[in-house]
Amino acid sequence: MSTDIPRLADADFAADRRQLDVRSAVSDYWARVRAGELGAIPAILALAFLVVLFTGLRPETFLSKGNVANLFTQALPVTILAMGLVFVLLLGEIDLSAGVASGVCGAVMAKLIVDSGQPWYVAVIAAIAVGVVIGTAIGWLVSVIRIPSFVVTLALFLGLQGITLKLIGKGGTVPVRDDVIVALANKNMPIWLGWTLAVVVSLGYAGSQLWRWDRQRRRGLHGKPVQLVAARVLVVAVILLFGTFVLSLDRAPSPLVTLAGIPWGVPLVAVLLIIATFVLDRTAYGRHLYAVGGNAEAARRAGINVTRIRMSVFMIASGLAAVSGIVAASRLNSVATDSGAGNTLLYAVGAAVIGGTSLFGGRGRARDAILGGLVIAIIDNGLGLLGVDAYANFLITGGVLLLAAGIDALSRRRRSATGR
Amino acid sequence: MAPPGRARSGAHGEPEGNDVAENGEPVLRLVGVNKSFGPVHVLHDVDFTLRQGEVMALVGDNGAGKSTLIKCIAGIHPIDSGVIEYDGREVKIGGPRDAAELGIEIVYQDLALADNLDIVQNMFLGREQRKGIVLDEDAMEEKARETLARLSVRTVKSVRQQVSSLSGGQRQTVAIAKAALWDSKVVVLDEPTAALGVAQTRQVLDLVRRLADTGHAVVLISHNMNDVFEVSDRITALYLGRVAAEVKRTDVTHGQVVELITAGRSGDLGLAPTSAAETI
Repeated sequence: MSTDIPRLADADFAADRRQLDVRSAVSDYWARVRAGELGAIPAILALAFLVVLFTGLRPETFLSKGNVANLFTQALPVTILAMGLVFVLLLGEIDLSAGVASGVCGAVMAKLIVDSGQPWYVAVIAAIAVGVVIGTAIGWLVSVIRIPSFVVTLALFLGLQGITLKLIGKGGTVPVRDDVIVALANKNMPIWLGWTLAVVVSLGYAGSQLWRWDRQRRRGLHGKPVQLVAARVLVVAVILLFGTFVLSLDRAPSPLVTLAGIPWGVPLVAVLLIIATFVLDRTAYGRHLYAVGGNAEAARRAGINVTRIRMSVFMIASGLAAVSGIVAASRLNSVATDSGAGNTLLYAVGAAVIGGTSLFGGRGRARDAILGGLVIAIIDNGLGLLGVDAYANFLITGGVLLLAAGIDALSRRRRSATGR
Repeated sequence: MAPPGRARSGAHGEPEGNDVAENGEPVLRLVGVNKSFGPVHVLHDVDFTLRQGEVMALVGDNGAGKSTLIKCIAGIHPIDSGVIEYDGREVKIGGPRDAAELGIEIVYQDLALADNLDIVQNMFLGREQRKGIVLDEDAMEEKARETLARLSVRTVKSVRQQVSSLSGGQRQTVAIAKAALWDSKVVVLDEPTAALGVAQTRQVLDLVRRLADTGHAVVLISHNMNDVFEVSDRITALYLGRVAAEVKRTDVTHGQVVELITAGRSGDLGLAPTSAAETI
């Protein structure tokens, strides 16, 4: 670097101007972890631990090809629901009614297809619209009337169950037989398409990461060392390609038929993940969301419309809850009066928090829903394989949620102790 | 950054001999401003003038009206009567947005930074630069770094550090740099050193001085006479909602300013005895 021109800036930001080398980047990362920025670490540890645990306890069934594919479809509804909740949790709010909202939307879709004979896309749009309306109502009550979100959504948790019951009728279920809807969770992509998508997504991710690294380097901006960027790209690509490989194996129980390919719901979640990540990380709206979650007063003084932001997250959460309800209906081939009730919401909140989203607001990413959703699905699936009694299932799942919330609270304490 | 017309003079440390009106270009002038909250008359005919390149200390006891005056400038409270002139023309400041558009930035005591965002993100909060719908992170980072360099900030190692990891002085630095990032002309600092240690106070005061030297009109609200005498060019003392006196720092002593704050007058300076007494 020449000594004359960038002298001042370089002297002021010596540590900042140059690209970090691997060593200092790693030690920076470790310092942040020690200061309570755990990120995805708990979720990844939990995933590894659970896979080892259930493989050990049920070696012949847990990692069978059929069960692995099953895990993914099992994780779909909870992951989508959790992704919506990430937006709400980012503001430090809660939506207890997201689960039953998904039930209502599923019921609306099923009734439209079965009773009114509407095509699937009309039913899907109507279901999502109902979700957004529910979210708007919650958002209005929370952000304009200023009722705590806990109370509003607790009331809707009860109220919306009544609506599902009324729509479907006592004790009944509405079967869903529409080909497109059923295919979401029950049919698989052709194998060639799965591979193509996996390769395209891997290359796209690698390209965007390296392009960004190069741009930051050329403009002398803060950036990660290229080795770490490459390692990250490699890990993502390996996971994607390995997952595609596993799901492309024939998993049919009988040799007469073939059953292989990525379930259609997986690319749906991938698209939602990419959109949500883009919105949160790359747009002003996403930035404002984090700001409101971190310090609502600062956001207000910066001219951000806090009321509108607060309203919007409930609309997003309930809209995604509708998508989750549709996928759940697809998986079960029906909508029942208790759809979305019970432990649905607990699972989704648990997924978001396990994935690393803070209950206190301001911290969380869209991918948390994926990681946490997988953890929850593995717990649910593994306990099912073990044949654990219902009472123990409740106890264990509740315990896991408390554990995740405890880690969140402790790391937050750690952050405020090390800051300043 | 200086507007055309008269050259800016009256930089820090210039010896006596300058008439008050000659020092710098008046940027913001309040004339005869009154403000009441219900029956409580908080500001009485306040005159307040800020000049480019100067640090104006605003002092007064608790309840003297400092915060109210600032909030009138910031557009948070509308004034009841009086005139606000900005760059020589009369303006109405109807809200914080108006103030920001004019080039008035306020750094509040509780900083108003979001802990979970990094320095660049905080400095551009609410006014992000974009390319289409995508945030232009590169341009924002460059501009933030440039502003910090211009203010010779050496205490912050990386502009991509999260604010939660900063010390009190560094946070204050970021908040002040945020105010200077926009082509602001008036920067109001509400007790910037109140919660800081000795070394950090030093850094912040240096920054306040540089802010004025880079062409801003700075208002410094402080209870600390050492800070006031160290960086300010002029001092306005408020006493029970009235301007007790506007004086040059070099013309007064600590003791006189303290008297102005506590009694509204000091020798020849300050409110007439009757006026000072009747407001009690």
